[in-house]
Amino acid sequence: MRYRVTIENCSETYPCSEQQTLLQGMEQLGKRGIPVGCRGGGCGVCRVQVTSGTFSKAKMSRSVISEADESKRIVLACRCTPTSDLSISVVGKMQKALSAQRLIETEDDVSVAAVG
Amino acid sequence: MAFKGVLRPGLIQIRVLNMDEAINHYQNILGLNIVSTEADGRVYLKGWDEFDHHSVVLRQAESAGLDYVAFKVDSDDYLREIEPKIVAWGLEVDHVPAGEQPGVGRRIGFTLPTGHRIELYHQIDMAEDHPGINNPDIYQRRPDGMGASRFDHLLCYGPNIGKAREFFCDVLDFYQPEKVDLPEGDGSLAIWLTASNKAHDIAFVEHEEPGKLHHVAFLLQDWNEVGAAADIISINDVSLDIGPTRHGITRGQTIYFFDPSGNRNEVYAGGYTAYPDHPVRSWDFDHVGKGIFYYERSLNDRFLTVLT
Repeated sequence: MRYRVTIENCSETYPCSEQQTLLQGMEQLGKRGIPVGCRGGGCGVCRVQVTSGTFSKAKMSRSVISEADESKRIVLACRCTPTSDLSISVVGKMQKALSAQRLIETEDDVSVAAVG
Repeated sequence: MAFKGVLRPGLIQIRVLNMDEAINHYQNILGLNIVSTEADGRVYLKGWDEFDHHSVVLRQAESAGLDYVAFKVDSDDYLREIEPKIVAWGLEVDHVPAGEQPGVGRRIGFTLPTGHRIELYHQIDMAEDHPGINNPDIYQRRPDGMGASRFDHLLCYGPNIGKAREFFCDVLDFYQPEKVDLPEGDGSLAIWLTASNKAHDIAFVEHEEPGKLHHVAFLLQDWNEVGAAADIISINDVSLDIGPTRHGITRGQTIYFFDPSGNRNEVYAGGYTAYPDHPVRSWDFDHVGKGIFYYERSLNDRFLTVLT
């Protein structure tokens, strides 16, 4: 069964099967929108909030997803599998990843803070 | 013996989210051998070219990351003599009794200003399945998976790396083969430290969150083995970070990937021979891309942000 996943921040949509995580579905089709990190539930980079739809989830590192996060349907896209069509919103480290990217791409705009 | 004091990073305890998945990864993908599984659930492994009882300890936990790295020292006398020096430098030292890990004697531990726990130990049993000693063959049997021969080094992210350099160099007699300077001030973005001839035994990158792990590295023999490791990563759908490529810094040939809990691993070959009298190789901040990834000549965002 394939479901449609919509990334609200960038209006990207892609199909994702029950056998794939949200991140695998996105990556395999060359889509963008969710930052890709370790793909193992450890680093927290692919943090998303599921705003509509149902899903199943695997174990995620407690240091990056708290119980309070989980109760707000905030999960890691690399550990989350759709069981219906889903809408998700990228939250958390997205901003950090983007600022680090800018740091790398813009040599004349280096700032130490962005490295952290 | 010219080589005294701290010998090498000999033990590393890594937190994993799922032990069965971790065992499959470290045993069948990296090619480490399981030495023992203990009643508390921790699993002990070693590379095929390591004499000591084990080098890698896996502990199932709710969060991934690094529990500690322990350096082997040349004598129990050194352990006794170094403890007051560590305390005098300003760190609190605690004691881990012999037997807390199978085959390992007493350890002393302390937490760096970077937030990482470091331990020192001397006594560890020789492994039953150790490399040959008398008329030794290359190896006893062909290693599994990537055939990682030993735990080699680690890269830590945390604050106050200048203090970490001061501690390792002034107290433990390490030296610094290489560094990346920050664009302003006299600090470093990243430092490579060694107690040996290896270009690094431990490295640090300046980072706001304390105690973070960037990667744990294992040694391969050559570039061909790095290529074979890349094949194994694809065959088994292991999460790839980057590579095969080369580091400008250390000159190591490398591939980065992730264990099933998101801890980054590296398998690594080559690298120059370091000596304490050599100049500190230094990279300007605007050349850091080439320093880290010599062929790509740019950092990816994962290198700076993806940590456990």
